[in-house]
Amino acid sequence: MRRGSRAAMAMLLLALAFLVGPFAVVFIAGFSDGDSLAFPPQSWSLRWMSHVLAEEAFQRSFITSLWVGFGGTTIALLLGVPVAYALSRFAVPGREWVRTALTLPLVVPGIIVGLALLNHMVLLFDLPVVASLLVGHATLLLPYTVRVVSSSLANLRLDIDDAAITLGATRLQAFFKVVLPNIRAGVAAAFILAFITSFNQVPVSLFLTGPGVSTLPIEMLAYMETSYDPSIAALSTLLVAFTIALVAVTEKVLGISKYV
Amino acid sequence: MNHLELIDLTLAYGKGASAVERLSLTVARGELVSLLGPSGCGKTTTMRAVAGLLAPRDGRIVLAGEDITRVPAHRRDIGLVFQSYALFPHLSARDNVAFGLRLRRVPADELRQRVEQALHAVGLEAFADRLPANLSGGQQQRVALARAIVLRPRLLLLDEPLSNLDARLRLEMRAELRRLQRELGITMLYVTHDQDEALSLSDRIVVMNAGRIEQSAEPEAVWNRPATPFVARFMGCENLFEVGPSLPVAAPPGATHLAWRATAVPLAAAHAPGIEGRVLARSYLGERVEYLVETALGRIKATGAAHRLADASASPTVWDEGAPVRVRLDPARAAVIPPSAAAGAGPGVAA
Repeated sequence: MRRGSRAAMAMLLLALAFLVGPFAVVFIAGFSDGDSLAFPPQSWSLRWMSHVLAEEAFQRSFITSLWVGFGGTTIALLLGVPVAYALSRFAVPGREWVRTALTLPLVVPGIIVGLALLNHMVLLFDLPVVASLLVGHATLLLPYTVRVVSSSLANLRLDIDDAAITLGATRLQAFFKVVLPNIRAGVAAAFILAFITSFNQVPVSLFLTGPGVSTLPIEMLAYMETSYDPSIAALSTLLVAFTIALVAVTEKVLGISKYV
Repeated sequence: MNHLELIDLTLAYGKGASAVERLSLTVARGELVSLLGPSGCGKTTTMRAVAGLLAPRDGRIVLAGEDITRVPAHRRDIGLVFQSYALFPHLSARDNVAFGLRLRRVPADELRQRVEQALHAVGLEAFADRLPANLSGGQQQRVALARAIVLRPRLLLLDEPLSNLDARLRLEMRAELRRLQRELGITMLYVTHDQDEALSLSDRIVVMNAGRIEQSAEPEAVWNRPATPFVARFMGCENLFEVGPSLPVAAPPGATHLAWRATAVPLAAAHAPGIEGRVLARSYLGERVEYLVETALGRIKATGAAHRLADASASPTVWDEGAPVRVRLDPARAAVIPPSAAAGAGPGVAA
């Protein structure tokens, strides 16, 4: 091995250690038997795993997170796919303006988006907590869905919908029969990316959750403020496993990695 | 009988300058007409307007006596074969061909029969179950063709359909297109920038330039009697001269320009009659040698025999760069361009 590549290898290992290290610590701590979060653990058990699985607040907020994630992502896709299609195919007036506006939720700090949404959804329109969470998350996720779907549309030749139209399809039929089947993987990728983003979302949810309704990350934050036992580590380990499984299954089925 | 009529068609993208200006054109039933011109001349734009993919800014499109200017593309019954083929990547060759029939809710038996027929017509039965990604360029081209003709369109538009194929395949497909067109009696509007293709395929060639028609005539007439200097140059008459006192050639009355292909300008020794010149460059083309000659009239492309390269003892018929020579501009071999001919007008020169 040459000297240069040995140095590069060392850098790579260092970078990996930085990336994986914290996860490893949390992962290992999740199997601790102690009563407070400690690393390395003195003894091992699965009792914190079963504790978090049995904890009712976690169960409830997990379900809320799933609903908000699925709901918000679905709304973001129902809006985002037509937006991406229009941007890719038609000379939409103010196209660049729309593109810029769509990146705003990515650029503006989550705290500010959360505050703005709190102001409007909850205080002004007096929406129920779940509804405002859905709207808030959909807003945040829209840029992701538009972007990912746009990039998969960019890989698709412009004229196949024209071809469908000359064969007798309406613009709508052309979209559903010809365009959509060919961007399926992109749409699936957008779904996964948006869902995970929603599932891990903290700042916006912080403002929009209310009495009795909370998402899982918010519930975890609240739990940590009062207790310092390994249950959060155990729960994090479970969540990482859940996310990895989700991504792995979709990748296996649809091969989405080229779009994200 | 006029099957397709374009009347004073003006076309533009968005609010920009027009790409096609007051274009009028007719195509008879069963005729194969080529729109020939350089890129940007408006030929593809014209075709998209006929297909209904671009709304004209002004003018009318009439097909089989019906004004279709405002008929949406999907109800025009006009087939279009795209330069890129535009096959549906997620459908097999067979399903690509069946696409239009399914939209029309053709009964299953008839659908199967018509799809097989179309695949047979283009010789693709053996590949019917492959996805487009697993077909060669030529095969994809055939699928695109089958997909269009299976609907028995009232008019078939082809947008540079052969330009993505290699030379051998292009010749093969050219012959096949012609055969299909004859067999099925389809009226075709064929867009190309390749003059050989237009000459060999067409019943009539419409030469376009900068959004206007320069000439509309049979291939033989376009080749031998170009109507404008542009057509002359586009059809390979590289030596183009305005008629005037400086041109030492007797022009027929009424001619505005005379034009010669390099092959119509022989090169001779310095003592022979003709226009004096000096060889600037020489390129060996196998059967002949082409020269670029500097003369008082400007640079002239001329042709000489290639004997000496085969037999060094023969008389000197090949000249080196810098050699003094004479070129002969024979009015009998010139293409004669009449005053302000056919530009934009009617059915063009009758042969």
